[in-house]
Amino acid sequence: MRRPFPALGELTLARLREFLREPEALFWVFAFPVLLALALGLAFRGKAPERIPVGVADGPGAAAIATTLGRSPALLPRVYADSTGREALRTGKISLLVEDDGGLVYRYDPTRPDARAARLEVDDALQRAAGRIDPLRPRETRSTEPGSRYIDFLVPGLLGLNLMGTGMWGLGFSIVTARTRKLLKRLAATPMRRSEYLLSQMLARLVFLVFEVAVLVGFGWLAFGVEVRGSLGALALVSLLGAASFAGLGLLVSSRTKTVEGVSGLMNLVMLPMWLLSGTFFSWERFPEAVHPFIRALPLTALNDALRAVMTEGRPLSALGLELGVLALTGTVSFLVAVRVFRWQ
Amino acid sequence: MTAFAIRCAGLVKRYDDVVAVDGLDLEVRRGECFGLLGPNGAGKTTTIEILEGLTEADEGDVEVLGAHWSRDGRALRERLGISLQETQLADKLTVEETLLLFRSFYRKGRDPEELLATLSLGEKRHSRVGKLSGGQRQRLAVACALAGEPELLFLDEPTTGLDPQSRRDLWEQVERFQAGGGTVLLTTHYMDEAERLCDRVAIVDHGKRIALGTPEELIAQLHATNVVEFATEPRLPEALLTALPGVSEVHADGDGWALGVRTLAETVPALLAAVDAASARLLTLATHRATLEDLFVAKTGRRLRDA
Repeated sequence: MRRPFPALGELTLARLREFLREPEALFWVFAFPVLLALALGLAFRGKAPERIPVGVADGPGAAAIATTLGRSPALLPRVYADSTGREALRTGKISLLVEDDGGLVYRYDPTRPDARAARLEVDDALQRAAGRIDPLRPRETRSTEPGSRYIDFLVPGLLGLNLMGTGMWGLGFSIVTARTRKLLKRLAATPMRRSEYLLSQMLARLVFLVFEVAVLVGFGWLAFGVEVRGSLGALALVSLLGAASFAGLGLLVSSRTKTVEGVSGLMNLVMLPMWLLSGTFFSWERFPEAVHPFIRALPLTALNDALRAVMTEGRPLSALGLELGVLALTGTVSFLVAVRVFRWQ
Repeated sequence: MTAFAIRCAGLVKRYDDVVAVDGLDLEVRRGECFGLLGPNGAGKTTTIEILEGLTEADEGDVEVLGAHWSRDGRALRERLGISLQETQLADKLTVEETLLLFRSFYRKGRDPEELLATLSLGEKRHSRVGKLSGGQRQRLAVACALAGEPELLFLDEPTTGLDPQSRRDLWEQVERFQAGGGTVLLTTHYMDEAERLCDRVAIVDHGKRIALGTPEELIAQLHATNVVEFATEPRLPEALLTALPGVSEVHADGDGWALGVRTLAETVPALLAAVDAASARLLTLATHRATLEDLFVAKTGRRLRDA
């Protein structure tokens, strides 16, 4: 048998082994984000813009209107009899319904982006057919090259989300399980330095990080041609800081919790707002301006923004002071508080 | 170096409105195996955890190996081996990995290879902890406790839930450790374990020490070498039993009685005659040598198991 390594090494090794021997954990860390990226990448893949389905309520001029609308490359019109048009509108089968009660009526829900687009396209088509001459005729250049597609926006966000999830669950579950099994108490009864135990949990986390980032970024590149425009070093550093930050947060959340159920609830409480607000699936700038400062203070927002800045915009680390600061602060404060309040039994 | 491995005086620990330990004094000499014997909830675990430095006492002084937890905590941990009640080591690690982990916490200690052999875990070295039997798991817990080559070994209910063979294996380990000069403090609610292993025993109940001495001394306190347990229909009156020859103690025992007697040959024929004379029917009759359990019954009126 080999000689034992120093305690920090043995503790980190033990944590790594436990993780590698847990197939479910491997799935959530490595397979799940790739599957998510694959599904979303396929759903929003770059293809010819789809025609927007619109309806025309049946009446004397309905057929003519439908023909006019059909000439527009952006619209897919259909004539509806009686009330079936409004039914189709209500259930979202069409984005807009054109009615004629002596004058033309556009019926649509202006809070839906597709309905607003339909309103513009329908109006354009009908006005031009009625003889409107547009004073300006700008040319159009379509931008669908790599770097500006949805998948380019998505991959850094998924990376951020994954770093948050694995950081928090990875630490939270293992620590709370060790506590419920009285293993923490047993360790506390040895001369082991308690800070070394906590540090080993974070270190083990950072070892997986390398693979986690490589798998997701590699997949994005191979499957969708998502490139890293900034330096790989900057990407590594941002990921490292992000992972450390969430490992600290995971440590804090699990520092006193006695049951796995309890820690699950706490984790969700902390992570759910970030899932929603931090701009993983869509830009956080869509939220009202009043809440922007709050959203920007969230560590996942900082991580997502920093990852996007490096991956899609190719910006250097020096331009990411605020984001890196938020991450460093979150990680450091959580770790220090966690060490202080940690419950060993 | 003091002659005592453990000294504590006036130990008190309260949880909310429950007093778990109520003014306990203990002195454990170096090199002896000392047992804390008592029913579940008697305060044994709280006491041992205070001595292990895991729980802080509300009142009282504790001195372990001549040191104090408040001042020399970390240095003291290097010299102790601890097996807690109900600790579950990491299921996913192997026996060897677990032992190396624990060995890494100590500056000096025993060779893990030799420990595995001593505890007959050599064949199981690559097995995951989750796959071990109860006895193997407990041996591993003891191996982890011995990893730092301790001077003092704490064992909290070391054989609870084990089969008879595993219990004997573990007892052998404790005896071997003691033979090497180590001191042992163990808690148990098995009298046979205390009688077999312990040089001295303190019986605790409701957080108080109710008896202290070698197992032989304690049993001698009963003034009886044997116990006769019987039940009759109808029940015989207590006065009749006290008057039987050679009976030193009479205790109600469920539906029947337990008699402490000097010799069976003197008392049993007289008892049978008395049953006959009272026209009663004998339902059960059993005898055994007096044990620490009988002392506990004599002191508290309850049995260890159902107390």
